[in-house]
Amino acid sequence: MTAYIVRRVFAVLPVMAVVALFVFFLLRFAPGDPAAIIAGEDATNEAIEAVRAKLGLDRPVVEQFAIWLWRLLHGDLGVSIFSNLPVTRLIAQRLEPTAALTLATLFVSVALAVPIGVVAAWKARKLADRLVMGFAVMGFAVPTFVLAYVLIYFFAVRWQMLPVQGYQPIAGGLWPFAESLILPSLALGITYMALIARITRTSMLEVLQQDYIRTANAKGLATDRVLLLHALKNAAVPIVTVIGIGVALLISGVVITETVFNIPGLGRLTVDAVLKRDYPIVQGLILVFAAAKVFLNLLIDISYAFLDPRIRY
Amino acid sequence: MVAVADDLPLPPRRFSLGTAIRRNPTVAFGATLLVILVALAVFGPLFVGDPLKIAPVNRLRPPSERWWFGTDQFGRDVFTRTIYGSRVSLIVGLSVAAFSSILGLTLGLACGYFRALDGFVMRIMDGVMAIPSILLAIALITLTRPGLGIVIVAIVIPEVPRVVRVVRAVVLSIRSQPYIESAIAGGTRNTKLLWRHVLPNTLAPLIVQSTYVCASAMLIEAGLSFLGAGVPPEVPSWGNIIAQGRTFFQIAPWSILIPGAFLATTVLAVNLLGDGLRDRLDPRLARRL
Repeated sequence: MTAYIVRRVFAVLPVMAVVALFVFFLLRFAPGDPAAIIAGEDATNEAIEAVRAKLGLDRPVVEQFAIWLWRLLHGDLGVSIFSNLPVTRLIAQRLEPTAALTLATLFVSVALAVPIGVVAAWKARKLADRLVMGFAVMGFAVPTFVLAYVLIYFFAVRWQMLPVQGYQPIAGGLWPFAESLILPSLALGITYMALIARITRTSMLEVLQQDYIRTANAKGLATDRVLLLHALKNAAVPIVTVIGIGVALLISGVVITETVFNIPGLGRLTVDAVLKRDYPIVQGLILVFAAAKVFLNLLIDISYAFLDPRIRY
Repeated sequence: MVAVADDLPLPPRRFSLGTAIRRNPTVAFGATLLVILVALAVFGPLFVGDPLKIAPVNRLRPPSERWWFGTDQFGRDVFTRTIYGSRVSLIVGLSVAAFSSILGLTLGLACGYFRALDGFVMRIMDGVMAIPSILLAIALITLTRPGLGIVIVAIVIPEVPRVVRVVRAVVLSIRSQPYIESAIAGGTRNTKLLWRHVLPNTLAPLIVQSTYVCASAMLIEAGLSFLGAGVPPEVPSWGNIIAQGRTFFQIAPWSILIPGAFLATTVLAVNLLGDGLRDRLDPRLARRL
C-alpha cells in the first residue's frame, strides 16, 4: 500500500508542472500585447512599460521563467498589479468564506444526495426513482446563478426566511454563519447533488443484484441493514470517486455563487481581478484552485486503497 | 449504429416517425425543443424590434400584453433581448462543440494510435483538466480584448481534454482487436487504417460527448457573461441580460428569471438529446450510468 501511495503522490508533480507552465506561457503567448490590455485603453507608453516590467515581460523568456519558477517554489505568487500587495496574502485573507462555502456545500450535497440515490435504487422504476432521476436531469441543466436567484426570490424576498446575500464569519456566531450559507450551498450544490444521486443509484442498482444481497434479504435482515451495511458499503468506490471529481464543479461554481450572494471569498477575488485585469492574482488563484483539485483527487485515489483492499495499481 | 463499411448488406427498413419517437422519447423531446429554440434564434429576430432600444419612460415594467417578458431598468424589452440572446448561446454551444470535437478527435486518434505521443499529450491534458474550466477561460479573457471569438477559444481549451479522453479510450480498445492487427499485418498504411477502421468506431461516442460539450459550453458562456468576463456587455446574451438585471432583481425579477429559464431549457434539451443518443449509439456507456 505504501508503494501505491508514494506512486500516486509522485504522479501529482507532472500535473502541477503542466498547470504552472500553462499559466506562465498563457501570459507570454496571449494574442496582442497583454501589457497594453492590462494597462487599459488610454494608457500612456510609460504606463504600459511599467506594467510590462511588473509582469517581468521585459526580460528574456528563459530568465523570466527561471525567476518566476524560483519564486513560485518558495511560495511567492508575485504581487498584484493594482494594489501592490502580495498575491499570497490576498488569497489568505479571502480563504475562510470560500472554504466554509465549499465544505458546507460538500456536506449538504452528500447528506442529501446519497440517501435519495439509495432510495431511488431501492425503489427502482417506481415513482420515487423517477422523481430522483427527473431531479438529476434538471440538476445538470439549471445554471448555478439562475437557481441562486430563484432561491433568493422565494426564500429571501418573498418569504423572508433567510438573508438575501452576504456572509457572516464563523467568529460572529454559529447561527448567523450557518444561515448565510444555506442558500449559497444549495445553489452551488445542485449539479453536484444531481451527479452524486445518479452515481449512487447506478452503483447501488448494480450491487443490489448480487447474490449476497438476496441471501441477506432471505435470511430476514432488516431492509435498512441490507441497504446501508451490505449494499452501500460495497457501492462506495464509484460514489466516493464522483464525490471527489465533483469538487471540481464546486470550485468552478464558487466564482459564480460568491458573486450572486456577495460573499467576500476567493471567487469574488477572482472576479474583481478579472474586471481589473490583474493577471498575477488570476494566475495565483488558478494555481491554488488547481492544487486544491489535484490534492483532492490524490486523497480520493488513496482512499480507494482503504475502501477496496483489492485495488492495487 | 455507424456503418463501418458500405458493402455491408443492411436490411431495408422504412423510416417511420411514429416508431422513432416511441423508441426514443428523450431524443424526440430534446430534438423538438432544440428545433423550436433554433427556429426562434434564426427567425425570431426578424419579427421583434431592436434589442438595444432604450425607452426610459417604460423602465422596469412587469410582463404584460405589451411587454411579454417585461422591461429592464433602461426600458429595453426583455422579450426581444431574450430572443436575440438565444443566438449567442447557440453560436457558442455549436462552435465550441465543433472545434473541440475536431481538435479532440485528432489528438485522441493520435494519442491512442501513436503510442510515442501518448504520454506527452496526455500529461498536458491532465494538467489542463486540473484547472477549473471557468477559471481557465477567465485567465485567457483577462489577457485579451473581449469578443465572441475569444470566448469561444477560451471555452474550447478546457473542453478539448474531455473529448480527447473519450476518443483515446475507444482507439485503445479498438487497437487490440484482431481485425486491426490483421490490417497492420496485411500492410495497410497508417492513414488508411485510421481513416477506414479506427475513426468510424470513435464517431458514436464522439457525437454523444460533443452534445455534452455543447451544453457545458452554453453554461460556461452564460457564467462568463454573468461575471462580466464574457461577450461585451452591449451584446444581448442571456448571461449579460441576467448580469444587468442583478441591480433591480428585487423589483424586476423577470429580467433574470425568464432568460434564466430559457438557458436552462436549452441546456436541458441538448442534454436530453445527448442522453438519448448515448442510449442509442453507445449501449455500453448507457449501462454504466
